[in-house]
Amino acid sequence: MSLRKSHELHQRRFSRNLGVGLTLAAFIVIIFGLTIVKVSGTSLGLPTQEVQN
Amino acid sequence: MTDASINASTVSAQPCADEASFGDYFALLKPRVMSLVVFTALVGLLAAPVPVHPFVGFCAILFIAIGGGASGALNMWWDADIDRIMKRTRRRSIPSGKVDAGEALAIGLTLSGLSVIMLGLATNWLAGAFLAFTIFFYVVVYTMWLKRLTPQNIVIGGAAGAFPPVIGWVAATGSMTLEPWLMFALTFMWTPPHFWALALFMRSDYDDAGVPMLTVTHGRRATRWHILVYTGLLALLAVGTAFSGIGGPIYLTVAIVMNALFLRGAWQIARRTEDDSEADNFKAERAFFKLSLLYLFLHFGAILLEALIKPFGLGGWS
Repeated sequence: MSLRKSHELHQRRFSRNLGVGLTLAAFIVIIFGLTIVKVSGTSLGLPTQEVQN
Repeated sequence: MTDASINASTVSAQPCADEASFGDYFALLKPRVMSLVVFTALVGLLAAPVPVHPFVGFCAILFIAIGGGASGALNMWWDADIDRIMKRTRRRSIPSGKVDAGEALAIGLTLSGLSVIMLGLATNWLAGAFLAFTIFFYVVVYTMWLKRLTPQNIVIGGAAGAFPPVIGWVAATGSMTLEPWLMFALTFMWTPPHFWALALFMRSDYDDAGVPMLTVTHGRRATRWHILVYTGLLALLAVGTAFSGIGGPIYLTVAIVMNALFLRGAWQIARRTEDDSEADNFKAERAFFKLSLLYLFLHFGAILLEALIKPFGLGGWS
């Protein structure tokens, strides 16, 4: 017997599945964002000494 | 959570009240402790004299927080037996039966590895190594080894909680100087009086669980004096930090006011007898505990403020 979409199990585990899904989506966004920042080599253009004083 | 558990033929049609929600798994990461980790790591990162790209900074704080949360999950996995006994902890995800201990172990190990690798990739490997050491220290040295062995457990555990500002600083700079260690020392010295005050008014919990808290091994009178001594040492350190690279007039003002209040509270606790405390339901101890939360927040807040106004020619002593 296969699971139907409306099975009670789906409702019961909806919050957990949603949480895992959003976490994975956020992880993808982070990896993508970090890649962009690293590849573009942005260092804010501020020399270190300027900030030190 | 195996494949068998989603086989329709074995699934109960009745809703299961004990089934873990996403929040129960998230609770394994000790969100309240995580908020302290996030704040102190953020101060370490922003107080460092090297600009960090905002997105990289965000990721650094996130992965430090996840690393801290992972160590919390591993702590809950190991301490599930005593968490069932203590009133304060018996509603946690594992003792309440919502999450299996094995699941907590898997989540803790996975997030530990992930956070260390991601922090290393996002910032630098020295920061990653510091995060790995912090997790190791909290889980193995504190939780597994010394927590149930010595009444100085809180002092040692405090070291693990004191690392986040150092990791934040190293994530920004890639190197080590005196200033992050002053922030480390501030949290390290703050932890014992903070927790011993809690142990005084949550009295039966640690006794019942057999954790060698100072209140159990050396007595409650000795604990009261320990709080005063540690608070005195903390005051010297906190005020002295005002004259370092992360200090300044704002921090000095905060330090003087808060340490005077903290010393006053510790002195009151030291002078009280058990009868005094019982009579007013540990009013002074509870007030001291609340003040300790504000104490740490304001000290780190002042360090942050000094750093934020530095680019405008303000802050610090120059």
